[in-house]
Amino acid sequence: MPGTVAEELELQIEHGHGGVPPSRYLDGGGDRGGSRPIPRRAYITGITMLLGAITMFFMALASAYFVRGGYDDWRSFSLPRILWANTLILLLSSVTVEMARKQLSRGMVAAFRNYWALSTGLGLLFVGGQLIAWRQFRAAGVFVNTNPSSSFFYLFTAAHGLHLLGGIVALLYVAFRSWNRARTTQPIAAEITAIYWHFLDGLWVFLLLLLSLGR
Amino acid sequence: MASHANVAHVHAAPSGFIRKYIFSVDHKVIGIQYYLLALFSVFLGMTLSIFMRIHLVWPEINIPFFGGQMKPEQYIALLTMHGTIMVFMVLTTAPQSGFGNYFLPIQIGAADMAFPVINMLSFWTTFLSLVVMVAAFFVEGGAPISGWTAYTPLSILKQGVGDTGQTLWVIGLAIFCAASLMGALNFITTLVDLRAPGLSLMRLPLTVWAWFVTAILGLLAFGVLLAACVLLLLDRVAGTSFFVPGGLVQTGQIVAEHSGGSPLLWQHLFWFFGHPEVYIAILPGMGVASHVLSTFSRKPVFGYRAMVYALCGIGFLGFMVWGHHMFISGMSPYTAFAFSIMTMSIGVPSAIKTFNWLGTLWGGRIHFTTAMLFALGFVSLFVTGGLSGLFLAQPSVDLPLHDTYFVVAHFHLIMGVAAIFGIFAATYFWFPKMFGKFMNETIGKVHFWLTFAGVYCIFMPMHFLGIAGHMRRYADLTAVDFLGGAKHIGLWKVQYFISIAAFITVSAQLLFLANFIWGIWKGKRAPINPWNATTLEWTVPSPPPHDNFAGRVPTVYHGPYEFSVPGQKQDFIPQDMTPEEVLRDRS
Repeated sequence: MPGTVAEELELQIEHGHGGVPPSRYLDGGGDRGGSRPIPRRAYITGITMLLGAITMFFMALASAYFVRGGYDDWRSFSLPRILWANTLILLLSSVTVEMARKQLSRGMVAAFRNYWALSTGLGLLFVGGQLIAWRQFRAAGVFVNTNPSSSFFYLFTAAHGLHLLGGIVALLYVAFRSWNRARTTQPIAAEITAIYWHFLDGLWVFLLLLLSLGR
Repeated sequence: MASHANVAHVHAAPSGFIRKYIFSVDHKVIGIQYYLLALFSVFLGMTLSIFMRIHLVWPEINIPFFGGQMKPEQYIALLTMHGTIMVFMVLTTAPQSGFGNYFLPIQIGAADMAFPVINMLSFWTTFLSLVVMVAAFFVEGGAPISGWTAYTPLSILKQGVGDTGQTLWVIGLAIFCAASLMGALNFITTLVDLRAPGLSLMRLPLTVWAWFVTAILGLLAFGVLLAACVLLLLDRVAGTSFFVPGGLVQTGQIVAEHSGGSPLLWQHLFWFFGHPEVYIAILPGMGVASHVLSTFSRKPVFGYRAMVYALCGIGFLGFMVWGHHMFISGMSPYTAFAFSIMTMSIGVPSAIKTFNWLGTLWGGRIHFTTAMLFALGFVSLFVTGGLSGLFLAQPSVDLPLHDTYFVVAHFHLIMGVAAIFGIFAATYFWFPKMFGKFMNETIGKVHFWLTFAGVYCIFMPMHFLGIAGHMRRYADLTAVDFLGGAKHIGLWKVQYFISIAAFITVSAQLLFLANFIWGIWKGKRAPINPWNATTLEWTVPSPPPHDNFAGRVPTVYHGPYEFSVPGQKQDFIPQDMTPEEVLRDRS
């Protein structure tokens, strides 16, 4: 088993070095590491690792959810309907992120900014919708310590929401930082952010299924 | 004049003291910061253990800071914080984040980590975590009393002591998880994407392989611990019931605010992290031991590929065996059997590594430097600590031994002391590169022998205590006749011996500290390659310049351990030696 992992990595490395002259990704540069260009694949590796770690975090919570769900005191509550609308909003935001990236790759900067802003707005709308869901749950007298099932509801939505807020910060960062002296380019940053955003999208669908099927 | 001031200003901003030494993004500075954090923590942790050893043997003594004689809960608080600080702030930070940060980029020919700012954040988050944890000593009720494993429901219910401390502990640990994840992500990306041309995976030094596998373990394990910490924190502060069972009676009253949770769930989540954590502590030491043994035997590592596969195998199996920490939790014997088989199978890659270390030494021209002595000590301790693991891996043997000093002896030898010996080997080996000076070898050797003899004197007798039935975590040896504390007989005498050995061993560490500081201050100047070693860090000045290779991209032509190659005049071939240079060196 370890052998195959090693060989796979080996292939990846050799491909990586293929077309790029060494100075492109390793010119050292005397100025405090700040302007040393980093290859695109390093960002891809980095985001993959981050998503791996986040997956482990949510898998641990999910396994706790399954274990705890098997106990007698588990009660189920009907989920606020607005969650389904929120889900649609989030899915839509993934589409607009991709449309923005398409515009950027064509050099249509203004259109990119519009779609990107729209995605950010949809993201914020989703977070707002989640807060409304919390208020509805609370109004129904269901709090975080009412029952393990409600604990998990608040926990999943909060943990996902915090990660999504991180995604919104990333969206704003891609839109507003100046890319002239950066170690990477705006399209690469947009691509990495998009990967993260789609992941959170899928993660939410997974969590929602978990919550609705676990009732 | 004006232009001169302007130029000075442009250069001054990044080279100011704060950017250079405090909030630095240079992996070398960050590596040293991690090392110093671990150094502070290890002395703090040792101090706690000294207080514990004094109390065990002479419970009537008034210890400063404890307001008279130590109370049992104070002893348990010391035990908790000793374990926590040693495991997280020393064994996880020094070998991986400290030396890994400093040497992984240089050994793979990179100018820095892939994400220097994340690297800096990772250190300062770790620092914050240490501050939050140590703050637990200074809040009302003092430090937590549920052990470094924070078993529930003990770690959730209000005790009257250590309540705020426990909350700080959980928050500190969650922060530590975030820091470790950032570090792991950086290590993996740097290794995968920033290697110098020609540095294929099978040409990596074994240190780099060890840091790589460790980083993968960290990436997969710390997310799980973070989740467990979040659940524990909610149980403590939000009144949820993930881990507290229903109908629990505490001091005569039913615990009303919690119901129906599962204490075992915490154990599963904790140990799913906790077992890989053992390998996070020890794997970098294995890498360093292989590296140092080869360099000072002037021989290639015996079975390099087998070493790499064994590292990967240990890392992989490390995720399959967490249940062996829970044999006494009442798990199904079939589950225990499966965990037992998996655990014992780790003996295979471990034996491969040990065999290859001995194979590396066999017939070599051995140079007994201090670094070499500590690497040999590592092998010795790894074997000793590993063998008792085979006992404990069997549920039927573990049941009587689990809550005794036998387990204390086992995990201190293999996880604690062996890993510390790896850190010492790395320190004596790389000190000339990191600070451009030598540490004193004579004091180093005295330090080694005192420490080596000392740790065996401390931990070997603990095996016998355990087999004799001496429970661990007992604060009071006078309470039970069997322990002999009241009359200073029987098992107490063994405890007495251990305490004396511990005092001597800890004192010997002051020699190390003095040697370390003296070395930085007044040590003999070190050349570029004092050990005639082969890997890339020995091709750059000591200490290396800011961007390591001064803008040059090294090209690698050789494996990492080409020592005593037949036909060569020089007994080592540096990894970046061109084929032409190698031909010229032929005799």
